[in-house]
Amino acid sequence: MAAPYDEAAWSEEAARRVWGGAVPLQVHLHDADVTALPPPPPFPTLGPRIGYLPLLIPVIKAHFSNTLPPGVDTVWFEYKGLPLKWYVPIGVLFDLLCADPERPWNLIVHFRGYPSEILSPCEGEDSVKWTYMNSLKEATFIITGNSKSVMNMSQADQIALWESVMKVNLDGYKNVSTRLKLGPFEEDGLVQTPSVERQQSSDEPESPGSGKPCRVPVRLYVRSVQEDLEDIEDAIPLSDWESVSYINRPFEIRKVEGRSYITLEHALQTLLPEFFSSKPAIRADDSQHVEALDSPPDDSDITNSSRSSQEVEQASVSLREADIAKKAKVKLVRVQGIELDMDIPFLWVANNLKNPEYYLHISVYVGKRKQ
Amino acid sequence: MGGSPVLDGTLSLDGFNASAMALVKRWKEIEVSDPLPDWTWKPCCKMGVPSEVEGYLALEGVYRSCGESQIEERGNFDDADIVGDDTWVQSSSDNVHVYDFHVVYSFSYKVPVLYFQGHHAGGQLLTLDEVKERLPSHSLKVLSESKWAFITQEEHPHLSRPWFTLHPCGTRDWMKLLLEETEVADKEQSLQYLPAWLSVVGQAAGLKIPLDLHCSS
Repeated sequence: MAAPYDEAAWSEEAARRVWGGAVPLQVHLHDADVTALPPPPPFPTLGPRIGYLPLLIPVIKAHFSNTLPPGVDTVWFEYKGLPLKWYVPIGVLFDLLCADPERPWNLIVHFRGYPSEILSPCEGEDSVKWTYMNSLKEATFIITGNSKSVMNMSQADQIALWESVMKVNLDGYKNVSTRLKLGPFEEDGLVQTPSVERQQSSDEPESPGSGKPCRVPVRLYVRSVQEDLEDIEDAIPLSDWESVSYINRPFEIRKVEGRSYITLEHALQTLLPEFFSSKPAIRADDSQHVEALDSPPDDSDITNSSRSSQEVEQASVSLREADIAKKAKVKLVRVQGIELDMDIPFLWVANNLKNPEYYLHISVYVGKRKQ
Repeated sequence: MGGSPVLDGTLSLDGFNASAMALVKRWKEIEVSDPLPDWTWKPCCKMGVPSEVEGYLALEGVYRSCGESQIEERGNFDDADIVGDDTWVQSSSDNVHVYDFHVVYSFSYKVPVLYFQGHHAGGQLLTLDEVKERLPSHSLKVLSESKWAFITQEEHPHLSRPWFTLHPCGTRDWMKLLLEETEVADKEQSLQYLPAWLSVVGQAAGLKIPLDLHCSS
């Protein structure tokens, strides 16, 4: 007899896998930074999916210390010529940049020549902590309508939270994060929010009964690949960040007509209308067809209405065709290294595959016609 | 759809777009005393396709000469000394910085956010210290005294490059207060949002906004 579906147990398992996920890395020292021959061997290490590259610097630096040039180090990472954004979680970088997952992932580490026109400055752990806390505040604002639950955290809690992320300690993290009361997301748009602060603040509460829909923090990374791409491994590597569309936009939870749950597809349709929804032009034609059939009600009413419904149906068919044509553009959707089906419940994904700052990071590969 | 400036100091996307268009229009109408360029609307591009709905405001090529005050101080000298001194003018070309200001909509906070960057005359980007050095004293005062105003360097949401930005977290609260104080009709409040907002953030970023911008045409 099959075990009944235990949501809590599955969520627990999902969290362990997300936090336990790591990308095997092979870190090579940039040629120009090598001062002693023979050049040092590359350094194998694990990059936690929910972690950040600058947090690996101390251990990488220790490995290469004998061969580094004297002077001030400004460390940055590169993959196939692309400087890596240090504020993007390692797992997301891997999912986005390695169309065909490369194991181990070969990266080049630089200790000089920081590309400050491309990357914002990084002062090690402090910068990463600031980025993490800032993202957490933004996510909190999105979920509850204000950042109070983070701002009101005690110093000790803030430190404990950051330490748990840095050390990839899920239990330590849960200790503090549950007190933030940021979820889980529900299909009816309700989310637990701290009630105490409500009375004290003049802010409009985004809680049950207030009428405002709950929002899910989402960060989309849309990468274009060749339209006729059959095998994802044939995708041309990214050479610059301009080829990636970064969309930092919350998803508003609203009940969908005729659906018992919000699908991933529906969420992506809402956030990336350019790749999913029909062009406005088609909609205008649609309504024109219906209007043109407006005639005085009489016996031919039935004929009229069946004719008008036919026209609408035809318009809908062409809408659907356009939809399919557009849908074909989305080649791949990846979250935490998993290729997701479009039918999967979006809120399950948001609740269980999000990062520790409460953001859901989604990599989307889109087929683009060469112009 | 979302955000009501009257109630809570936020702005919907539609409200932002409308207010931006109104600002572009009004800016052209008023007499701008400084040689300030015009605000333009830049549509966001996704995969090379310009969006019909999303975009941001840009004010680019704002020249800030730091040699100006020096000229004023030398008012005692003969005009001939200054006019004839070509080498002085040339050597002070490094004191000319060029700034770009962008106003981008934040979906997370439902408010506008100011992004800016500066270049040396030769094209090299200014560092945060260099930018702060050249800020007028009242801007520095605003930055140091106000808890909501602080400049950070972050990736521009649409340009994939690091720009300076004034953090948006307090915007909703102070905009709510600011709009409460104004006696603009409710319908007008949405359109007046950006000029009002700009007059405040402009102070922190050293951007002088003409008072005429706030008066209705």
